[in-house]
Amino acid sequence: MAILIDENSKVVVQGITGREGQFHALRNRDYGTKIVAGTRPGKGGEQVESIPIFNTVQEAIDETGANVALTFVPPAFAKDAVLEAAYADCQLIVCITEGIPAKDEAEMYNLIKNNTKSKLLGPNCPGLISPGKSNVGIMPHEITLPGNVGVVSRSGTLTYQAVHELTQLNIGQSTCIGIGGDPVPGMSFIDILKEYQEDEETNAIVMIGEIGGTAEEEAAEYIKNNITKPVVSYIAGVTAPPGKKMGHAGAIVSGNKGTAKAKMEALEEAGVLVVSNPTKIGKAVKEVI
Amino acid sequence: MDLFEYQGKSLYANYDIAHPNSFLVNKIEDLEHGFNLNYPVVVKAQVQVGGRGKAGGIKLATNNDELITHTNEILGMDIKGHTVEKILIEEASDIKEEYYLSFTLDRSEKKYLMMLSAKGGMDIEAVAEENPDDLTMIHIDPSKELDEAVLIEAITNSKLNLDYESDLVAIITRLFKLFISGDCDLVEVNPLAITSSGVMALDSKVSLDMNAKYRHEDFDQIEKDIPIPPSEKSAKEKGLNFIKLDGSVGIIGNGAGLVMSTLDVVAEYGGSAANFLDIGGGAKAETVSAALEVLETDDSVSSVFINIFGGITRCDLVAQGIVEATKGKDLKWPIVIRLDGTNATEGLKILRDNPNEKIIITETMNEAAELSVKGNR
Repeated sequence: MAILIDENSKVVVQGITGREGQFHALRNRDYGTKIVAGTRPGKGGEQVESIPIFNTVQEAIDETGANVALTFVPPAFAKDAVLEAAYADCQLIVCITEGIPAKDEAEMYNLIKNNTKSKLLGPNCPGLISPGKSNVGIMPHEITLPGNVGVVSRSGTLTYQAVHELTQLNIGQSTCIGIGGDPVPGMSFIDILKEYQEDEETNAIVMIGEIGGTAEEEAAEYIKNNITKPVVSYIAGVTAPPGKKMGHAGAIVSGNKGTAKAKMEALEEAGVLVVSNPTKIGKAVKEVI
Repeated sequence: MDLFEYQGKSLYANYDIAHPNSFLVNKIEDLEHGFNLNYPVVVKAQVQVGGRGKAGGIKLATNNDELITHTNEILGMDIKGHTVEKILIEEASDIKEEYYLSFTLDRSEKKYLMMLSAKGGMDIEAVAEENPDDLTMIHIDPSKELDEAVLIEAITNSKLNLDYESDLVAIITRLFKLFISGDCDLVEVNPLAITSSGVMALDSKVSLDMNAKYRHEDFDQIEKDIPIPPSEKSAKEKGLNFIKLDGSVGIIGNGAGLVMSTLDVVAEYGGSAANFLDIGGGAKAETVSAALEVLETDDSVSSVFINIFGGITRCDLVAQGIVEATKGKDLKWPIVIRLDGTNATEGLKILRDNPNEKIIITETMNEAAELSVKGNR
């Protein structure tokens, strides 16, 4: 099981000829991920370390049966790349690219939602790994261990810290996911929580949040009503200075929400075990399983 | 990036959004060159903080003498810790009605949000809280065009003056165009006013999405015109995300979440961070040496905690950067380092092969936090 990706996922890497694209495509393949194709307009017919390159995602899918796209395309072209993968019916699109304008993110999110069945993870995220099965993204697989805890986080490196804490205590993970911290992420905490709740292999969930926005508060509400598996959470930024916000529009939309304290309280109220420090995550999970 | 009022209004000009005639003053001598404004004029301090009117940063001048007096008074004035370096002089408007309008992104709905109210010119947050019916909120699907019928409905529901309906539709449409094509995170106008010279945007609060800098030639200049503290400036030039804080433990980490979390853990051990410094993803050796250079310019730092969890960032490159920046140097403060993740073994080897008595390598984040707080005393 595991969620979203497993040993049968077939991945096409968009932007495979770039430095990061190539490095991580090969790294993922070495881990056992089925990297079946790459795309780069104009380089169709060539190869990267025996991975065939196609001009379009559609051709890659037709030729190789790819069902997951992993995107390393630079910000200026990322929206078009993600939409191309969505319109080619990729089940899952994982967009690693950092620095995409918010307008592009908002537009592509809504186009995908209104017109396709694809799921989008990211942008500006580390991707996801189902340990022992498949790694689609830039997460260091060395720190993971196959098992039954689902991890979801808004922050990249903090995800690694959380996974590392679990592995140190010999607690394995079903899937580890970074949803990214951009203004308009594709899949939300709630989307991932839902998948973990339905996954037979996941017994407990670790959710890592951070200050700003209201995603954690919304997740808390969802957990209260829909999640029966134990959840452990950490929110980064308790001591971070409150960011100054210009104008009043933001304050009207989010009210008092967004502080670490508000998020922790909302989660505790939903029955989540909230820890004050990421290094306490492992022990807390041990307690609840 | 938050803009000054005058910068927001220069963007208004690009999008044909009516606003008062104005003149920007950097120093009192600028007034000598003369300008084409009709009295009375409003003298407005350009600061990025609310409540400038109450603080005496906005004055009306009916003649040249008053203008010079007010300008002298306001230039250099301190408003809540912000020094007034620029003044915008604008023709005063004969205001009949004042409205509120803003466009922003509603992150929960993942749609754009337009807010409109007939109760402009006052504290709109209070209106939203006490009389929520007086604030019309409309979500706009980012994958679709703005529908004029929706605008007309919003104007009607907000009880704006319908004699000006077409002018209001026109100016709101242009402000939305600025929000979209201008890649703004926020466009807020309070007040959007009906004046004797028509519908005008009298104020501007505009914030730009700097991720879109590559497609806007003017963002660079706008950014240069916004003063930032020297330490933050040098960090920015080096591609680092740096924020100065009040404590004494210098923090360097990769990824905003991990750095924030590092601040929290340092606080748990009784210390406090001198800064927030994120070297970002995929940092190279130069990035790390640059980060250490930035901390060297800060006298409040008395120990440094480098917390790296490699993913796209490679620990060997980080270690190389640390060695390059410290080799043969008599360091001002101890540096406590914690490396994990991609190429951590290689990174630790590089550090051990190049020992420096002020550099301490630790196994865990907690141990590093504890030592950096201790080394501080």
